[in-house]
Amino acid sequence: MVHYAVRRFGLALLILFVAVTVMFLMIRAVPGDPVQIMLGPRATPELQARLTAELALDQPIIKQLAIFYGNLLQGDLGIDVFSGRSVTSIVFQQLPHTLSLIFASIIWSATLGIALGAYAAAHPNTVIDRVTAAISVSFVAAPAFVVALLSLLIFAVHLQWFPAIGAGEGFWDRLDHLVLPSLAIGLSWVGYIARLVRASMLEVMGEPHIRTARAFGLSERRIVMIYALRIAILPVVTVIGVGMGFLLSSAVFAEIVFARPGLGKLVIDSITTRNYPVVMGSVLVSTGLFVVSTALADLINAWLDPRARAGH
Amino acid sequence: MTETLLEIDNLGVDYETARGDLKALRDISFDVKKGEIVGIVGESGCGKSTLISSILKLTAPNTRFRNGEVRFKGQDLLQNNERQMRSLRGSDISIIFQDPMQTHNPVLSIGAQMVDIQHRSKAAKADKRATAAKMLAAVGIPDPEARLDQFPHEFSGGMRQRIAIAMALMSEPDLLIADEPTTALDATLEVQIIERLHELQREMHCAVLFISHHLGVIAELCDRVVVMYAGAVVESGDVRAIFHDPKHPYTRRLIDCDPGHIKERARVLPTIPGEVPDLANLPTGCIFRDRCEQAGPRCAAVPPLAGIADGHNAACWLNHKGGVS
Amino acid sequence: MEKPRSELSLILRGVARDPLGLMGLIIVGTIIFCALFAVWLVPYDPIAMNIKDRLQGPSLNHLLGTDQLGRDTFSRVIMGGQVALKVALPAVFGAMAIGLTLGMIAGYGPKWLDNLLMLFFDTIRSFPTVMFALAVVALVGPSLETVVLVVMATSIPTYGRVARTQTLTLRNSEFILAERAMGASMTRILGVHMLPNIIGVLAVLAAMDIPTVIALEAGLSFLGLGVKPPTPSWGALLKDGYSLIRQTPWLVVGGGLPIILATLGFTFLGESLRDVVDPKLRKNR
Repeated sequence: MVHYAVRRFGLALLILFVAVTVMFLMIRAVPGDPVQIMLGPRATPELQARLTAELALDQPIIKQLAIFYGNLLQGDLGIDVFSGRSVTSIVFQQLPHTLSLIFASIIWSATLGIALGAYAAAHPNTVIDRVTAAISVSFVAAPAFVVALLSLLIFAVHLQWFPAIGAGEGFWDRLDHLVLPSLAIGLSWVGYIARLVRASMLEVMGEPHIRTARAFGLSERRIVMIYALRIAILPVVTVIGVGMGFLLSSAVFAEIVFARPGLGKLVIDSITTRNYPVVMGSVLVSTGLFVVSTALADLINAWLDPRARAGH
Repeated sequence: MTETLLEIDNLGVDYETARGDLKALRDISFDVKKGEIVGIVGESGCGKSTLISSILKLTAPNTRFRNGEVRFKGQDLLQNNERQMRSLRGSDISIIFQDPMQTHNPVLSIGAQMVDIQHRSKAAKADKRATAAKMLAAVGIPDPEARLDQFPHEFSGGMRQRIAIAMALMSEPDLLIADEPTTALDATLEVQIIERLHELQREMHCAVLFISHHLGVIAELCDRVVVMYAGAVVESGDVRAIFHDPKHPYTRRLIDCDPGHIKERARVLPTIPGEVPDLANLPTGCIFRDRCEQAGPRCAAVPPLAGIADGHNAACWLNHKGGVS
Repeated sequence: MEKPRSELSLILRGVARDPLGLMGLIIVGTIIFCALFAVWLVPYDPIAMNIKDRLQGPSLNHLLGTDQLGRDTFSRVIMGGQVALKVALPAVFGAMAIGLTLGMIAGYGPKWLDNLLMLFFDTIRSFPTVMFALAVVALVGPSLETVVLVVMATSIPTYGRVARTQTLTLRNSEFILAERAMGASMTRILGVHMLPNIIGVLAVLAAMDIPTVIALEAGLSFLGLGVKPPTPSWGALLKDGYSLIRQTPWLVVGGGLPIILATLGFTFLGESLRDVVDPKLRKNR
């Protein structure tokens, strides 16, 4: 297990290294003077000089990369060109808002999705199964930002059940502010996870070892909950890990639509003000988050599935 | 006279399919006495698997029991509800399945599974674990204590089948059903496992219903044999009588075709010509008629499974007065 | 050319037999029809302003009302379909072509090249799609071409990985081994024997990918980082609708419904196609 964990995180680091380098080179590959591009027409000569020094633009590219990584390893993502604040602190100030949104979405959608999927698999071709299937297919396709806009329109503007904007103060108010955004992000996931669990559950229930468990007189409840669900859940863990990327993407829209603070809002605001270091810092952190979550999902899988630990 | 444990009486089982009812088992009758080993022989698709899943009532949803009884200790299992069946499974009747590679849950340790199946016992978990370890030792797995914590994929196929035997015998069942337990293993392992199974059977004195298409194993292990063909019993009797004096042409051909039985180097291995009939669309008369070299006019009627000698039954007109004509 | 055509009609017939597939076929057909003949279908010039008639609700004159500049929403919705397909089709086909090529090279080429390409795929996949798109847009500025390029780049790995798996499987199949034993060249094996076997699976993936791409284009345009105004994109409609959400619901509805319909249509079609072309794929995803 430890061996597997080390190898998996090694791969994650390698991917992250390549990704960050690609991003770094992308900035430098844009034609024109990067300082000019980043600061736009408003740039004062002092600002330009400061940025040039900061990004070590007068140095050869390898040296720039080395300095960039040196800073990165110290947790330094650069300086906000306008306010002069550290990008790291700006990004990490916004991160908790995004994370709470993402986790709220995962928790409600995965819980409901797994329950619905397991139920549908245990009672195939019943009303609930059919309804779940119909809802799944319809909602899987609905893009988060459209759902966000429509739910804003219906539940916040017209019915006024939930607040329309902001993140709220205090626990309950925050939770109240999370309802609509997490609904928008999680909606397509409920159906997706339900279908995944249903299919994988039906497959597992047909496997010979389930027949063995039955032949030893174990209760059907125990067979479903312990013997089958534990295997059927494996693909869901992977999907949630990989889905972190989709969730981060959806969160951008949810934050804009509901005017919530967070990483997505930060990026969009920074793009409009051409605050380049902040954009890059946010993208970098979200990429890191995604890579780590995929690796984490693999580790959880390995922990749940002894075959993955040994075989892979 | 030993007591009869399992009596299968006139059992008929159908599968409902899109093509119509598939008559998987027809008029199956035989019995298993206490402590006895009964072999069931037949080609694949002859209904062996349907038969054993019918005994345990672990059948597919489209299965219909048409007629007959499956009496275990005098009680008709077909009348039992699911709860009553569950109380029998893994306690009075145990089963070893065919493919050892897929018979265990892949994500639970062997120990966890072996403790779990003792769910009827009130013993402490540590005691259940000790029982499991003792059982593993009994089937010849070295260092059982440590191996309880391992997962199925860490064992070889032979080891896994030993574990399956250990699990099946742990509750000291009255009847053990072994569904081709060695088919997936190679020959040397097969001998070892059969011997171990035989030893344990003598120790525990349980009855065994041993399903196989390997005649050599059947001849060595079993007291009595039931020969099945296309969902029906064609011959049953004492193992000696069946092998030395088969009374049904199908049994005869089966023995002739067994590779272990062919003494001289044959250029072409003998086979039985023709195909097993379509069970959804049964031909009239004797089920083996189309492939039988000795078939005659009388075979247009279904021959009854009739007694020839003491305990020896065959379903063929050849054994009747007047033969097949 | 006779054989593939009959195969195609066979597949289409299979899709049409499935109720969901038929629905998908109808929706997608309608969208493509509207996009192709948009110029003749629109009742008004989608970018002509008419301040006098601004922010109207639905009426016989304006089926979906008008926006803050008096532009006819229905006309903009129809034209928006054209924009959506203009982004989605080249992006998906481009990604499919590149992914197919790279995937086949990875599957058939030497081990080190395979590892390198897999690392490349994994790297691209490691960027959250929208974040990556935002980073690129921030660098080179918003435009239709940027959206196409970004979408293409992010979906290359999906096609590449599937093409690679298929190639690896086929590579050891008997008929390929026989070809190799007879000394067939690599281009012949890849082009003549493997390509037809891989392309079906990728086509199904493409059909299922189009909704994602349409949503991404609309999303970027909604953020004001996609196609430039006054081009009528569904996302741009939503952007206007969002800022006017307290005045009129019709812009959000007019921009949102076609996106949902289009994604539904392509998803139904894709799922049905998958079931007809390759039922095994269901598991792999």
